[in-house]
Amino acid sequence: MDESALRLDGNACAGLLCEIFTHDMTAARAACGGCGAVGPIGEQHLYGYPDGPGAVLRCHRCESVLLVITTTETRHRLGAQGMAWIDMQVDPSPQRGGGS
Amino acid sequence: MVEETPRVRSLVLAVPDWRGHRAGQHVDVRLTAEDGYQALRSYSIASAPEDGQRVTLTVERLDDGEVSPYLVDEVRVGDRLELRGPIGGYFVWEAEKTAPLLLVAGGSGVCLLMAMLRHWAASASAVPTRLLYSSRSLRDVIYRDELGRLGAAGDGLEVILTLTREQPAAWTGFARRIDREMLTEVACPTERLPLTFLCGPTTVVEAAADLLVELGHDATRIKTERFGPTGG
Repeated sequence: MDESALRLDGNACAGLLCEIFTHDMTAARAACGGCGAVGPIGEQHLYGYPDGPGAVLRCHRCESVLLVITTTETRHRLGAQGMAWIDMQVDPSPQRGGGS
Repeated sequence: MVEETPRVRSLVLAVPDWRGHRAGQHVDVRLTAEDGYQALRSYSIASAPEDGQRVTLTVERLDDGEVSPYLVDEVRVGDRLELRGPIGGYFVWEAEKTAPLLLVAGGSGVCLLMAMLRHWAASASAVPTRLLYSSRSLRDVIYRDELGRLGAAGDGLEVILTLTREQPAAWTGFARRIDREMLTEVACPTERLPLTFLCGPTTVVEAAADLLVELGHDATRIKTERFGPTGG
């Protein structure tokens, strides 16, 4: 199978990101450290989640790795070497946003 | 519970402390086996925000799935599920938006868009809205009766089906995968700045999004949500 059919997008790891960042991150914009493309996290390409041991978020334009999240029973580790910046709204809809 | 198609079931959950959701959000469902093994999957919320603490999840059975066969075949009225959510703030539509709305669904991708359509109907929105829904056959069309009613009401919603594998004898609608000609016919003119939400299998969503951009639609007004190779 063509690997591209397996990819999801950042929306599919919204719950995981919410656990780490404590509010919704899908509408936050991320800039790729590789090509500079800017886009919402919900539109970036996601691999390896939820079936794998972690989540790999890649740039929707150039497929550079933006974020790598690995999770064990007690810890999350987030690597963000490929991301230049994230831009997010201050306290987005605290009553109705994500969260557990 | 509602059996939508042979493979798809809607679960109506009573969630007493539900804080409300926005159309397009999902929830994570966590199942824990007796030995402590846990599986977590994200499901679309198909109900409108107006439904309050009754939250509907529509689930398609993936035969090799860990969670969906349980939710489609085994869960019974009265069972309790562990939920986390609502989740997601990007792929959402709210009735205050006034731009014409184009919703494009592949297979069970319609479940997430259904929340938007139900929100559209419950808020008596005047936004001209079209749903283009690609399904294998008429039998596989989820929410068939409700979509038929909503589309026939004359309130500004048009439901356009394309049946890709099998069509009834008298079928006069589209009978192929979503392509450029179909999107040209269905999408409203680009100068009216429609807002587009695409949801379905990755290949379907990406191909349709690329075609819309080629047709001159503003890429920043097209939101996509990919379900992976099989959908659901």
